[in-house]
Amino acid sequence: MLDTSRSYETPEGIALSLRIAGPVVRSCAWAIDMLIRAGLYLAIAIPFSFLGGLGFGISLVVFFVIEWFYPVFFELRQGATPGKKAMGLEVIHDNGTPVSWSASLIRNLLRAADFLPFLYATGLISMLLSRNFQRLGDLAAGTLVVYRDKASVRHEMQSVPPVQPPNHFTSEEKQTLLAFAERAPLLTAARRIELAEILTDLSGRRGEPAVSELLAYASWLAQGQGR
Amino acid sequence: MRQLGFEQQHRDHWERLRLLLDDLDRARRKRQHTAAELASLPKLYRELCNHYAIARSRHYSPALEQQLHELVLRGHRQLYSGRSAELWRLVQFIAYGFPRALRRHIGYFWLAAALLTLPGLLVGSFCYLQPELIYSVMDEDQVAGMESMYDPANRKPGRSLERGAETDLMMFGHYISNNIGIGFRTFAGGMLFGLGTALLLLFNGVVIGAVAGHLTRIGYQDTFWPFVSGHGAFELTAIVICGASGLLLGHALIAPGPLTRLEALKLRAREALPLVMGAAFMLLIAAFIEAFWSSSPVAGEIKYGVAGLFWILVLLYLGLAGRKAHGTG
Repeated sequence: MLDTSRSYETPEGIALSLRIAGPVVRSCAWAIDMLIRAGLYLAIAIPFSFLGGLGFGISLVVFFVIEWFYPVFFELRQGATPGKKAMGLEVIHDNGTPVSWSASLIRNLLRAADFLPFLYATGLISMLLSRNFQRLGDLAAGTLVVYRDKASVRHEMQSVPPVQPPNHFTSEEKQTLLAFAERAPLLTAARRIELAEILTDLSGRRGEPAVSELLAYASWLAQGQGR
Repeated sequence: MRQLGFEQQHRDHWERLRLLLDDLDRARRKRQHTAAELASLPKLYRELCNHYAIARSRHYSPALEQQLHELVLRGHRQLYSGRSAELWRLVQFIAYGFPRALRRHIGYFWLAAALLTLPGLLVGSFCYLQPELIYSVMDEDQVAGMESMYDPANRKPGRSLERGAETDLMMFGHYISNNIGIGFRTFAGGMLFGLGTALLLLFNGVVIGAVAGHLTRIGYQDTFWPFVSGHGAFELTAIVICGASGLLLGHALIAPGPLTRLEALKLRAREALPLVMGAAFMLLIAAFIEAFWSSSPVAGEIKYGVAGLFWILVLLYLGLAGRKAHGTG
């Protein structure tokens, strides 16, 4: 299927689905991180420059640490650098667990290879060729950059008196009806009617009554004859 | 069973698991559940997996499915992530983890050592015999700068004259960022089928050899050799170890053996990481020695003596540390 969601089967036999982040959103995250790092460099270099050789030595060490370990620090702390977090991304193992320190070190030390020959050209090619948008560091470390799932708000179905549907639905059809009932409060009235009238042949109604008829079917599917 | 009944029956169970996961996301001392309650996570999680599978197979509503999937994902992460970064592990790593890892891959170490030293010796002896040959390795300014650093008239060997006022601390910072950076890049070069690593080793070998040969030729040996011999024990060995880690990656990509290339790469990268980290630790020591000891105005004989001790120390550490079985090995 042509989409960016991948599934991983857990030891319990459950298929977890992970949504992989592509090169564009990752570049944006990188640019944000770059700005933050530039800010950090300035914030450190200016005060230390008044300390002469000693200050210069310390700022060189700090620059080195930021250059190589800024992503490692944040990935271990919160699963993503501030830039990735701002873009709603996080780094995980290809088995869906949070990134470990060894995987984080590998993927970030190998940045040096991804950067070649300029501005992550190798990394970009690797991302475009690999199925999971992985740059070389990700391939070696076995990590993925995925969209962080926001805790979704579940809309309860309206409780309407159940009505038995006139004919037998397949499982997929039942699920579609349930999905319609759950999404109904999010849709505009016109769109609700438009969708509900697809089944006019079945329900024999048009307009607002068609919607309430389908909601009643869905209610029957979810709870049966009623309490 | 209909969806609504299913939900009503298990809702409390899911809520209990959700509260448990919320609690586990908090810092250890802020947790509200007892250890025994937290220990019920695997059981609750397995039951949740069961419910999720049922919900999917019975084609319950997508919103319910998604709600359960989110919970499964959180539980999976909590249950299967094994990370503990303790200071004690670092001590263990330095005490025996690193030398053991190196000895497991000693073949790569010797290959990297050959890639660094053989061209170095070759170019070095040519530069010793032919003083003008140095100009085919580096340009005039670099040669002049390098000569002035080791001029016997220089108060601080290893520092250029105009930079003589630099403090030891500043050079310490410079050596750390420069040398450890080279070490990390040598490792990363392994991703180019080992070619990047091999080229970096060759290049460093040629430059170091050329400088050594040239300086010995023009009679600066009494400032150059005492300066480099001390920290060289740690620095050169560490660069070779970084080279070994890069070659390990390169080998996995060129000849993955019975595994797929990707699997071999993942496996080898994990094995190579201890080498890189250990080498970074050695480069840290080398930077310290180079900044505070090598440049000090101590007599050459003493420096040679200390350098001998350093080399013996490095050989003993890498060769013998962790040979005996440790409880947690």
